[in-house]
Amino acid sequence: MTDTTFAYHQAIALADLPVYEAEAFAEKLGSCLAQGLRLLCLTALAREAEKTSLLAVFTNDATQKLTAFCAKPLTSLPSLADSYPSVQLFERELFEDYGVKFPGHPWLKPVRQTPDNTPQRYPFFRTDGREVHEVAVGPVHAGIIEPGHFRFQCFGENVLNLEIALGYQHRGLEQCLLQAKPSARLPLLECAAGDTSIGHALAHAVLMERLTGLTVSDRSWHLRRLALELERLANHIGDLGAIAGDTGFLPTSSWNGRIRGDVLTMTAILTGNRFGRGHIAVGGVHNDLDAELCADLIHRLDFARRDALGSVKVMLTSESVLDRLRTTGTVSLKDAKALGLVGVCAKAAGVVCDARLTAPLRPGQNFIPAKCETGDVLARVLVREEEMRASFAMVEDDLCALEEGSPEERGYAPSPILPTGMLAVAQVEGFRGEIVHLAVTNEHSGFQVYKVIDPSFHNWQGLAMALRDNQISDFPLCNKSFNLSYCGYDL
Amino acid sequence: MFGIIKERFHQKYRTLDFPAKEPFLPGRFKGRPEIKAINCANCHICQDLCPTEAIQHIDGHPAIDLGRCTFCGACAQCCPQKAIAFGRNYHVASADRKALLVKAGDSAAFPTPQALTKPLFRRSLKLRQVSCGGCAACEADTNVLGTLLYDLGRFGIDFVASPRHADGILVTGPVTKNMAPALFDTYRAVPDPRIVIAVGSCAISGGLFATSSQCLGGIPEEIPVDLFVPGCPPNPWSILAGLLELQKNR
Repeated sequence: MTDTTFAYHQAIALADLPVYEAEAFAEKLGSCLAQGLRLLCLTALAREAEKTSLLAVFTNDATQKLTAFCAKPLTSLPSLADSYPSVQLFERELFEDYGVKFPGHPWLKPVRQTPDNTPQRYPFFRTDGREVHEVAVGPVHAGIIEPGHFRFQCFGENVLNLEIALGYQHRGLEQCLLQAKPSARLPLLECAAGDTSIGHALAHAVLMERLTGLTVSDRSWHLRRLALELERLANHIGDLGAIAGDTGFLPTSSWNGRIRGDVLTMTAILTGNRFGRGHIAVGGVHNDLDAELCADLIHRLDFARRDALGSVKVMLTSESVLDRLRTTGTVSLKDAKALGLVGVCAKAAGVVCDARLTAPLRPGQNFIPAKCETGDVLARVLVREEEMRASFAMVEDDLCALEEGSPEERGYAPSPILPTGMLAVAQVEGFRGEIVHLAVTNEHSGFQVYKVIDPSFHNWQGLAMALRDNQISDFPLCNKSFNLSYCGYDL
Repeated sequence: MFGIIKERFHQKYRTLDFPAKEPFLPGRFKGRPEIKAINCANCHICQDLCPTEAIQHIDGHPAIDLGRCTFCGACAQCCPQKAIAFGRNYHVASADRKALLVKAGDSAAFPTPQALTKPLFRRSLKLRQVSCGGCAACEADTNVLGTLLYDLGRFGIDFVASPRHADGILVTGPVTKNMAPALFDTYRAVPDPRIVIAVGSCAISGGLFATSSQCLGGIPEEIPVDLFVPGCPPNPWSILAGLLELQKNR
């Protein structure tokens, strides 16, 4: 059977995809990975009589083409996790949710069942030996932050292994999406990871538009990118402040906390909500800006940019800060690629990746992603700083373009009818990295499958790798430099 | 060193003298809804659209349960008679869950917590935050109270790292099954008398996840709640105003 490849923005009929037996499907997965294609999603299509049919979607970032194929209902599939670690979480997810067995998986344990709240207790990885000790943290943490459990195996101060057990935030979001009425889908996805409301809402809207062929006006695209880049700005500014805080450099820590708020206020001026909830609509946006509001936002943007750049410059010219950040929590390029890391931590390790480059939402945009080589905390700081500058420029461009045009009429459109048996994928670069939404429609204008893959799904593995051979006291700083979403992983 | 001092002058003093001065709220801010007593006849568009089933019809008029409402504004946008409008009042915290049902013509302030006028907490209130499936928005808008603009510490309110040091807990999220044991453990570890604050529609009613099989639909009955702060997420000023109600510090 020949490969089915299609452009990343195309919807394709599920019936047109090749279907393989288990062995051939595993071989096909292996050959795609060996060719250097990136696995976007490996998920279940349907379950019947204890057997599960599967769907795999790969992307070729260079050609912007997707490859998709299916597996006939199966109960077991040879694991590829040992050779290709980027597959391991998808395999564990299928094992947990559908009972699919993966012989050869190095450690087939659940993804979202918490260790202390499940009948099938699973052991943590343990290192034995004199002077080896174990540190357990969480699920409730010392600050105002989502829950998760961290288990460190330490030799003196040094971390030999960090195991991250999540699942405490599991709300059953994907299941809710399948049952929800159409008007509840966007609000649900805005809560997929609350600080990425715009990113996830935009991914859903784009997916719906690819399925239905709805077009979006130029002005709406400006209003979408404006919100998306404001979200990136607010979070990057907040993260840089948090990293300064954990370095013990309080000026930037407190200023950035305030400047982040100023950017959230700009989002609230646009949308009425600090996180941009209710802004994105299928086929467009709900909020427009008149010239007066544009001028107000440009004025605020100038102040926020001056304050943010000044605040971060002070931090990055302090030798004691740089010394703390350099060579701490390093992830190598090889590991980043093998684990399939995305977003800030991948760019910091030298991976060229950014959905704004590899899957642009509008054609004709020539985006150059930020990049560093060293893969340490400093590299993640520098990537954020560079992205922050780029986002300030994009926000300004959008506001100027919007100021010149005039607001469009925006009503409340009912949810569009979905075609039956179609597959589409949306990739959106949220502030943490690439967000992937994948849907297969059913005959009732709803979804047979809806997968939400937050960048955090891949990147928690990166944090665990970053901690190896670092001191346990480096954990908070490393954690801030990744700033991953717990609920985005747990959904 | 001089660079830091120079930048410090530039960044200025930014704390707002709240509650003496009113905070800036953007023009599109959605605060407490105001509902006109119109005749809806058979039009239930708002009820059909509402993502969280927060709207019911009482005596023929729409009524919104703020404990479920996400303040998305879909009802206000779709109403052909423009009967629903989200106002600018950010004082939405209530001590009484039932009072959060806003009916046509309602505009009275929500009940303030009586039991909490306990002088014990008036000058010092230490809270432990427990996120139980919150999407990080309620957490972020609570966390932001520690930043310069709000400066929560000046009211004697702090978030502490252990339930043993706390006078109460502030809960966010629809309470996932996986977090329920940790929530109960944390609650029990706080010494009596203790208070419980529910921030966000998820914690109050389960919000968007009210019907999820993986969640308990908000804080379970075994944990009595003293203050409800609705929103998705509530504006930080709404949370701060609620906390000050609790202290009677206004």
